[in-house]
Amino acid sequence: MVPLSHYLILGAVLFCIAVAGVFLNRKNVIVLLMAIELMLLAVNTNFVAFARYLGDTTGQVFVFFVLTVAAAEAAIGLAILVVLFRNRGSINVDDMDRMRG
Amino acid sequence: MALSFQEFLFYAFGAVLLAAALGVVTARNPVHAVLFLVLAFFTSAALWLLMEAEFLALTLVLVYVGAVMVLFLFVVMMLDIDLAALRAGFARYLPLGLLVAAIIVWEMASVLGPARFGPQRMEPPPPHGPGYSNTKALGETLYTEHLYAFEIAALILLVAIVAAIALTLRRRPGVRRQDPARQVRVRRRERVRLVRLPPGGGDAAGEGG
Repeated sequence: MVPLSHYLILGAVLFCIAVAGVFLNRKNVIVLLMAIELMLLAVNTNFVAFARYLGDTTGQVFVFFVLTVAAAEAAIGLAILVVLFRNRGSINVDDMDRMRG
Repeated sequence: MALSFQEFLFYAFGAVLLAAALGVVTARNPVHAVLFLVLAFFTSAALWLLMEAEFLALTLVLVYVGAVMVLFLFVVMMLDIDLAALRAGFARYLPLGLLVAAIIVWEMASVLGPARFGPQRMEPPPPHGPGYSNTKALGETLYTEHLYAFEIAALILLVAIVAAIALTLRRRPGVRRQDPARQVRVRRRERVRLVRLPPGGGDAAGEGG
């Protein structure tokens, strides 16, 4: 059997790759959204691992809710992105300096 | 040291997962990044299957790969992006990003390492028997203890639908479209004009009697 620490460290490395992705692609909103999805995936992996090793299903229920909120976040984020592109013609983060459209 | 079959699967899928994640953050083309993310989700689903979370693994493939990633792909292909401008600072931020990531990895690994969560401290549980149903166990918890949170999650999804449609809906000028509200609201006198014809008919009708 794979020990719990292996799953936790896998999740930690995945999370840090996503953090590095936020640093590297700080102009591209789409890749920023994808890096957030990777972070949520790492967190979910930790939840599933703890649910398995502690024998408690509640961790899996929490993953269910995280998936729900992440889907809602992706839908609204992409909608904002489309509106931004329609108004500015680019998705550069530096162009998002005003609240009015 | 001989690897058991489960350990072999864990290391193989873990390597693919990390490689796919690196591909997501370094790919030049956003379409390639989305496809790497699909690979990462598939591999994660396999890892969750190893941890006997079958329902969530299938949900990840169906909901994430099937819906959310297709949405991402759709948006990426719809937008005409100037890629060169977006990657301008990539090399400049590379050392800082690697430094922060390495520090976070070191911090988390020192807390989560085998000293605290190794096989001696957390005994791996025995696998469930053939009669065990992960979906049933999840449903029993979800629909009893967490029913209220479940309904709030449904409400959040509804809000997301309304927000996404309200943000992206636009009325273009010069396009013929139906207006159901006006169709329902219409009165008879806007559509029908009654013309009183003189009795007797025939050719005299046009002269107005």
